[in-house]
Order: sequence, then structure tokens, then C-alpha cells
Amino acid sequence: MCLAVPMEVIETRGSEDDFLDPPVAVVEAQGTRATVRLDIVDRMPGPGDYVIVHAGFAIHTLSKEEAEKSLELFDEMAERA
Amino acid sequence: MIRQNEKDAVKRLSKAIEAAVSGPVRIMEVCGTHTMSIFRHGIRSLLPGKIELVSGPGCPVCVTSQEDIDRMIALSSLKDVTVATFGDLVRVPGSGKSLAQARAEGADVQIVYSPSDALDMALKNRHKKVVFLGVGFETTAPTVAATLLQARAAKTDNFFVYSCHKLMPPALDALFEHTDAKVDGLICPGHVSTIIGASAYEPIVRRFGLPCVVAGFEPLDILTAILLLVRQHSKGEARVENCYERAVSQKGNERARALMYKVFEPKGARWRGLGEIDESGLSIRDEFSNLDAEKRFEIKTCESEEPKGCMCGQIIRAEATPPDCPLFGKRCTPATPVGPCMVSSEGTCSAYFRYGNHA
Ligand code: SF4
Repeated sequence: MCLAVPMEVIETRGSEDDFLDPPVAVVEAQGTRATVRLDIVDRMPGPGDYVIVHAGFAIHTLSKEEAEKSLELFDEMAERA
Repeated sequence: MIRQNEKDAVKRLSKAIEAAVSGPVRIMEVCGTHTMSIFRHGIRSLLPGKIELVSGPGCPVCVTSQEDIDRMIALSSLKDVTVATFGDLVRVPGSGKSLAQARAEGADVQIVYSPSDALDMALKNRHKKVVFLGVGFETTAPTVAATLLQARAAKTDNFFVYSCHKLMPPALDALFEHTDAKVDGLICPGHVSTIIGASAYEPIVRRFGLPCVVAGFEPLDILTAILLLVRQHSKGEARVENCYERAVSQKGNERARALMYKVFEPKGARWRGLGEIDESGLSIRDEFSNLDAEKRFEIKTCESEEPKGCMCGQIIRAEATPPDCPLFGKRCTPATPVGPCMVSSEGTCSAYFRYGNHA
């Protein structure tokens, strides 16, 4: 159930404490785009950051450097499959 | 370049593990996603024979009690109710039928990817009562909490949650305190730890002297965790190590936890295989009781009965492996599951079956 691939943040919308219209990010990984909620993420990401997503919610923000290291591995996995 | 680098790293890790292992070591991967990854990447074939990997209680659907499964199915047959759920739950056999069978008989059962999709469904279909089945650990509960806060802000009167959320540390406590589970180290969950933090395992290290290593889901992550566990074991040490720092901090995600406890409070919960465990579940606080399916609906069920002959309980307690079950691969397969461990993609029986260890 855990999606391990960090997704790149393209843009963010909305403000942090608005429960009615919660903050979201448009994210992308391996050519797929999605909109994910930012209500519970540990730190608000900006464009270029990466997030780990669970059930439509970002749960953790990684800097580009942190993410790239793991993305290299994921690309490699994909190639080998 | 990268490919060669990684292959080399796998080789180096395998060699290092071989060199570090002295006697037999039994390692538990707590989380169902690790179980899947270990099978998918053939991790066992990279390890010396002295290392045994066993699965723990970390598949949320598998540890959901038969009573809760039956109550969720009963909810689906109430008038005007739409049940919205993660897909894994739909085919779990209840004492009578499964949600899939209830759907075939006319119940409205919808599969969603996120609890917020269930709320959207309620907002678009105001004549329907949408009940989201909240199954999952510390990773999922905050997503449901955020959805409940949104539902309250939107003043919905047709969205409800049936909460079976469970907490991982109390289950590990109960497992090592009250059962015969004998392991030498734990591969701690990846994304549960993102929320609760690596420090959440300190009490387990102290109480049971068990080495704990937090790991990601890639082969290199898992091999690294095994290496660290074997090294601790060989030296007679026990401490928490974190080899998934890119996603897990010492303290975890405090923002998500704050939201989770704003909406939920800990209460006793019943686990398949582990029984009743104090403070191991999350119930919806009174303040949100108008969104609590448990309080808003009268749920009637017959006496619950776990599937006859199913050994999921023992498997969750690491007392048995799927091939020990006489039904495994015969009457019980992913197409005709008898117990939840064969249904969920994270279930141990399903992983054994899919990756061919049933010879
Ligand atoms: S093989 Fe089927 S019946 Fe046996 S323990 Fe697993 S799920 Fe239960």
C-alpha cells in the first residue's frame, strides 16, 4: 500500500490552515501527474522539492538532492523490470 | 553506470552480510510492503542460509478482526449507504459473505484511492450516506483525520468514517510480551516510521533487547537494514538505527501526528492473531461523533467466526509460515481466498503464493 517513489512538486496552491479548501500540490513522477493534499506533510514543499505520497496525501518532503539519490535507484529498478 | 553501481552495491552488501553473520539469525520484517518487496526482488536468494526472514503484524487488512470485517459488511447493506474503501478489503471473507459478494447482491461498494475521494463522493451525492472504511496504521490515520476535518469544515451531513485504525508500537509490544514470537531483530516499517519517527522504537529496544532498523523499500535499503541487524546481533548489541533517513527523521512527522490526535484518541482494539490490545486502536473523538459511523448507524451482526482452518493468526504472530497451512495453494489461492492474508497484496500468504514459494 505504500508508494515508495518520491514525486516531484510542479506547483502548490492553497493555504495551510484552510480546512475547507486544503492546500494541494501538483506532482509528477515517471510521466504521471497527480494532485496531492498537503494537510499533513511535515514541511510545506515548493516547486522542485519532492514528496512521498500515501493515499493521496504528501507525508514527507525531500529536497532535490535527497530525492535524486533514491530516484536513480528507482530508474534503475524500472529498467531492469 | 548506475546499473553497474547498484549491482556492485548489492554484491558488496551480500558479502558483508555473509561476513557478519555468526549463528542463525531470525529477522522480522514488520511491514507488509517490506514483505512484498523482499519477495519481488528475491532478497532471500541473496542471503546466507543462516538468516531467516519472517513477516510481522504489519498488513492492516490482515490484522483487522473478524468482528470489524463483519461490521463493515453489515454497514454496506444499510439503506442508502455507500461504502467507500481501499481495494484490498473488498474480497476479505466475512463470517457470512465478503463486501464483494454484498456488492453482487446490490450493496453500493466503491473502491477509492484516498479518503478524500470518499468525501468528494459524499459532496457530489448528497442523498447518499457515504461511509469510509478506515483501515490502516499511523500512515493512513492522519489522511483520514485531515479528511474528517475537511468534512466538518464543509458541514457535510452524509459522510462518515468507520475507524479500525491501529497503532504499531503497542502491537509490537503485545507480540513480544505475550506470544512466543522469537526474533533477533526487526526491520521497522518505512512510512509508519515517517509519521512516528525512528525514536518510537526505543522502548522496544529497551524492553526486549531487540535491534531495530528502520528501512526503505528498495533492495539496497532492505539489504542494508539486514546487514545492520546482523552486525548488532553478532556483537550482542541492541539499538535503533535508521537507514531510511531520506524519509524518516528521529522525531517523525509531528504535524501529521498532531492532526491525527486532534480527531482520534487511542482506545483498546482487537487484532486478528493478537487479540485485544490496550490503547492500540484509534477511535473518533466525541467532538466529531456526528461523523463516526459507529455512533451514527445501528450495526447488527451475527456471531463472528474466523474462517475454519485458516492460520492467519499464527502467521501474523510469526508462529507459522503459509506453507504450514493445509489450505494454502489448494483451497486458498488469490482467486479463492479463505483468509485476509491471501487477499491483501501485503498479506504474507499472497506474497508466498505470487512469488512461487508454494512448491
Ligand atoms: S493460506 Fe489461506 S487459509 Fe491458510 S492461513 Fe493463509 S489466508 Fe488463511
